[in-house]
Amino acid sequence: MLSLLRSPKPTFKHMLIGDWLTIIFSVMLTAYLFQTLWSHEHASKVQIRIGDKVYAAYDLNQQRDIKVHGAIGDAVIHISQGKVRFSKSPCHNQYCVHQGWLTRSGQAAICLPNQISLELIGEQKPYDSLNY
Amino acid sequence: MQIQTTIDDHRIAKLAAFAIALHMVEAVIPSPLPGVKPGIANIVTLYVLLKYDFATAAWVSILRVFASSLLLGQFMSPTFALSLSGALLSLGTLWAAQHLPKRYFSAITLSILAAFAHIAGQLIVVRLWLIPHASVSYLIPIFATAALFFGLINGLITAKLLYNKTQLLESDKTEHGST
Repeated sequence: MLSLLRSPKPTFKHMLIGDWLTIIFSVMLTAYLFQTLWSHEHASKVQIRIGDKVYAAYDLNQQRDIKVHGAIGDAVIHISQGKVRFSKSPCHNQYCVHQGWLTRSGQAAICLPNQISLELIGEQKPYDSLNY
Repeated sequence: MQIQTTIDDHRIAKLAAFAIALHMVEAVIPSPLPGVKPGIANIVTLYVLLKYDFATAAWVSILRVFASSLLLGQFMSPTFALSLSGALLSLGTLWAAQHLPKRYFSAITLSILAAFAHIAGQLIVVRLWLIPHASVSYLIPIFATAALFFGLINGLITAKLLYNKTQLLESDKTEHGST
């Protein structure tokens, strides 16, 4: 163990061709994850769902409050110049309201008690494993 | 009551104790983000897998998860669930990956694959149970980077421990001889 600390130099000589391939593949996978999950593409539309049904889709380039009737009451969804948030919700824990503004495409806010969810959609909707 | 133990049992116990010790050391190290950890205890799992067999490695890994969580007071807590799911998925991956041809793939590949599986297992639990919410996906690239980095380092250490043993002993001898 001490010798390990003393001579850190020839460490890489154990790497075989397959190890390099694994590393290259992993780096590519990580880069791909960064690219897809950290896309800063701005959203153009918000899709509102109640339960499993799409309720409506609104353009984000407007200033507007939308009242949506969910499972336990009326929620207010506020759209303001490219951003959207839950501004009022009848739910007990208020997670959806505390989540704040959504701006990037692919972001989502879900209010489980009231069964309302918002999802931001960009110019082209990024695929995910559920609907691909 | 007397339980009959075999040499294998003793070996598993010794190796698991070693893994638990490493786990304890790691628990003290602060982490910038919960989940981003070096996972040095996995070096033991990997070493055991390559030196002995898969069954021993699985025993060591699972014993380590249970005993460490008892020692840290996390038994049956979310942390324990994360630890267990990560260990199980990473063992599954190691089971599949141990059949890779040894000529081309060394411990380093196994370590990286296990690290990715570990983080995947944890993320599945987080997504399904702890934070049922899409925003976790935002953290996946960070976890993947950490898995790649620490997987590589752990793999290099394991490779060094496994393949360099005779060389190390020889170099120690020559050093002693020269002085």
